[in-house]
Amino acid sequence: MEILKVAMPKGRIFKQASNLFRAADIPIPDDFDDSRKLIIPIPEANMEFIMAKPVDVPTYVEYGVADVGIVGKDVLMEENRDVYELIDLGIARCRMSVIGLPDWKEVMNPKVATKYPNLASQYFRERGHQVEVIKLNGSIELAPLIGLSDRIVDMVETGRTLRENGLIELEEMFSVTSRLIANRVSYRMKNDSVQQLCDQLQSVIEMKV
Amino acid sequence: MSKPKVFEKPSGVRDYLPYAVYGLRTIEKNVIQCMENWGYQEIITPTLEYYDTVGMASLTSDHKLFKLLDKRGTTLVLRTDNTAPIARVVSSLLKDEPLPMRLSYHSNVFRAMKDEAGRDAEFVQTGAELIGDGSPDADAEIIALAISSIKAAGIENFKIALGHMGFLQGLFKGTSVAEQEEQRMLKEHLLNKNYVGYKQAIKQLSITKDAKQELEGILKLRGGKEICEQAKSYVNDPATQQSINHLCEVWEVLEAYGVSEHVVIDLTMLGDFSYYTGMTFEGYAGDLGFPVCSGGRYDNLLTQFGRPAPATGFALKTNRILEVVSQNSNIELSRTLILYDEHNRINALKHAQMLRNDGQIVETRKVNSTFETTAQLLESYTDIINMTKRG
Repeated sequence: MEILKVAMPKGRIFKQASNLFRAADIPIPDDFDDSRKLIIPIPEANMEFIMAKPVDVPTYVEYGVADVGIVGKDVLMEENRDVYELIDLGIARCRMSVIGLPDWKEVMNPKVATKYPNLASQYFRERGHQVEVIKLNGSIELAPLIGLSDRIVDMVETGRTLRENGLIELEEMFSVTSRLIANRVSYRMKNDSVQQLCDQLQSVIEMKV
Repeated sequence: MSKPKVFEKPSGVRDYLPYAVYGLRTIEKNVIQCMENWGYQEIITPTLEYYDTVGMASLTSDHKLFKLLDKRGTTLVLRTDNTAPIARVVSSLLKDEPLPMRLSYHSNVFRAMKDEAGRDAEFVQTGAELIGDGSPDADAEIIALAISSIKAAGIENFKIALGHMGFLQGLFKGTSVAEQEEQRMLKEHLLNKNYVGYKQAIKQLSITKDAKQELEGILKLRGGKEICEQAKSYVNDPATQQSINHLCEVWEVLEAYGVSEHVVIDLTMLGDFSYYTGMTFEGYAGDLGFPVCSGGRYDNLLTQFGRPAPATGFALKTNRILEVVSQNSNIELSRTLILYDEHNRINALKHAQMLRNDGQIVETRKVNSTFETTAQLLESYTDIINMTKRG
């Protein structure tokens, strides 16, 4: 069978994803988590891992340089790429929320700071609110504290950062987990390998539930 | 935006240098010849069409149309495909010609895409339409022709995924997903390739457990002839039975053509619901991340132009095929250079013409007597004939 190229997100999701793969009997070497290599062949599993920045995973998969990939639903919604969303892996669970100061009130020209401009503006538009979106790349929680925006849209995992900065979740938008995605051509050209990976992962996920 | 620099061109359009043009022309020649052998005659339609006619009827969504105004202020579009213009011609200029009609085309189309590498705003399509025949044999002919064309273009490793729009429609009926809104949502998830969303939506439906399993099961309905038989067991409504029977028969005809090894039935293969009415298919090649060909049955399009008729067809994305093919082949043409001076001009030019008549590529150059043949010159020509006095 042909080698399956898997785009793996570096960082938060990675450890959980590689544990899931191991639980699904996909032979991943143990020292692999600390490697700095960008392309890691795993001949035992007939796979090749491509270590990518999480937001870039859907791009690699859409262009077909990776056959499948693992990515958070948040990134998937923001990037809106033409890929197959095959399985909810149920890992890296957190939620997307609208966040602000406890005394937040409706303002005349609402501004929302976020790492997810597309997702945020779509969310508010669907609810009939017109807001201005400011794109930030990190430390989003700063924005309402120093008056850049009156609210933010961001991911909440434990809520600790929010508490320590005196912010609260005003609205929970949706919950986020990691997904297995596939390129539209690979899904058909390498269907046997993709389907096998799906089945293996699915059986582990069902056991966990 | 700042003023463009002199080397820049609008995003999404390309220059084709000689070697690429040579590749493109070779594909064009072979594919058009292949289609001609199947009885498909090439036609050319204009680059500009009216927004209200062809623009509205085309499969491409509105925000991807390049629009412009003519002198009177009427909105025009750059054609986004060749099928809608052909439907217009078949219903007007060719309205007295008997059906079925077999037409082919090879031309550039335009789509306003988001600015990103690989999203072409202008690209070449080579395709065929079979108009006036609603039979499974017509659908199979189009698929078999697509396969022949892909081969003629020089691609060896490829696959066709074949689906049918009628199957889902009936499945939803059969499993009593009655609510229009629910049906729409399920279809939208499948069309967006969001299987996770589809499975979650099924969980929330108030239908029997078996029905839920059936709905989830279609995600794995993929394979050869056995899938047709399996699909039959899923549906009991007559219209859907008919769709499945139609698909089974298409498969039988493909077997008769001897091309079924390239085809996989995949009932999750969907095209635009407002456009496609029967079978739909996509072709994939090698390592390319995007399909190289797509097609299907569109029985409602010609009605919009006043000549109701069933129709089926496909288009090759010729640029993408060029990407696949040019990876495999390195084109080396033999080129001859004839050097001459004023004394043997007549002989040299005559000799050149003689070689050209034989189909050779020949260039000529007048040089003076001190001219030296350099290594660089030797490299770009396979043969140099020195007809100067000295030589």
